[in-house]
Amino acid sequence: MAKIKMKVNGKSCTGDVEDRVLLANFLRDELKLTGTHVGCDTSQCGACTVHVDGRAVKSCTMLAVQADGCDVTTIEGMAKNGTLHPVQQAFTECHALQCGFCTPGMIMTVAAMLNDNPNPSDDEIVHGLEGNLCRCTGYLNIVKAVKKAAAIQRRK
Amino acid sequence: MYAFQYRRATSLKEAGELLAKDDEAKLLSGGMTLIPTLKARLAQPTQLVDVTGLAELFGIEVRDGQLFIGAATRHQQVADSKVVRDALPALADLASRIGDPQVRNRGTMGGSVANNDPAADYPAAVLGLDAKIITNKREIAAEDFFQGMFATALEPGEIIMRIAFPLPRKAAYAKFPHPASGYAMAGVFIAQTAGGVRVAVTGAGEGVFRWSDAEAALDKQMDAAALEKLTLATDNLNEDIHGTREYRAQLVKVMAGRAAAAVAG
Repeated sequence: MAKIKMKVNGKSCTGDVEDRVLLANFLRDELKLTGTHVGCDTSQCGACTVHVDGRAVKSCTMLAVQADGCDVTTIEGMAKNGTLHPVQQAFTECHALQCGFCTPGMIMTVAAMLNDNPNPSDDEIVHGLEGNLCRCTGYLNIVKAVKKAAAIQRRK
Repeated sequence: MYAFQYRRATSLKEAGELLAKDDEAKLLSGGMTLIPTLKARLAQPTQLVDVTGLAELFGIEVRDGQLFIGAATRHQQVADSKVVRDALPALADLASRIGDPQVRNRGTMGGSVANNDPAADYPAAVLGLDAKIITNKREIAAEDFFQGMFATALEPGEIIMRIAFPLPRKAAYAKFPHPASGYAMAGVFIAQTAGGVRVAVTGAGEGVFRWSDAEAALDKQMDAAALEKLTLATDNLNEDIHGTREYRAQLVKVMAGRAAAAVAG
């Protein structure tokens, strides 16, 4: 067992976890932040993507103890004061989801992508989404949403 | 996942001792291969020794005509590094195409090289550039380091600290990624060095290897046409549901042609 402490969505959180507990399970089972989804459990689908110290990572492929002392942001931390994050807003407006299961991971990946590159080309968007699978949309509306989110953020 | 004890090493010495004392302990770097392996219960280590907090495993610098990169450097850091992009752009380009963004944010150069997955990208650059692997015990030449599928010259308790890449005149990497996994079905790294052209191939065989016929041909003429008459021997190539040996040999040739064009261009 390990005692861990991390900042999650701006709040300090502590936990006693087995060393083998994944960050995704710590967030979901201990902190009850169930917006982070576990889709494939084989590190491929990206539904569990969160930000650790500002970088997009698959929380099902990182131990909770590895995140000890880190700053973690999950989908629950994206909207501020009841206002959707620009990426959430764009996903809504562009109908960039159908079943919605992959959406939290998509949004976390896209938000990190736009931090690094505020005006990505179509190719850069597709390259940036390689770690996220969507089984419904065919990705076209997701790419549209990324462009729209980029435009919203550039206006701000 | 089976239970294990996680240890965050506070010094390289401590990490080396923990690993040397316990045959069943494993070194943990980015964990992009190890953690999925544990999740699938394909390994059952007693301890994971995390070395990513050790300052001596970080750092990127050019010194004496070589580019040194710390073993715990993440793929995305290599891709984004101005030092790497200026000194060895082919390596930054290779790093920018490993796996996916989330993998590049966690995976490390040392982890990839120590794991020696036969379809990993970095081994092609390490062998293609005749790099040296610097460990806590010694320096190992690339030719001696890679010993076939998931096998390396590393001994128990031996930890990669950094990799020294001699700077080539020019270099390029071309790969055909598997459309689902992103791993190289065939990846070819070509370097023009003071000692001649070197061609290293990953993804197609049991481990990274040099294609000497292509080296000789590209030494005379650096383009795809120089490779036209060559046939890569298929004896040691992989054959699986993704492609036959002959298909992989053809992919290697096409990727070598693309890398050659990029070197010449």
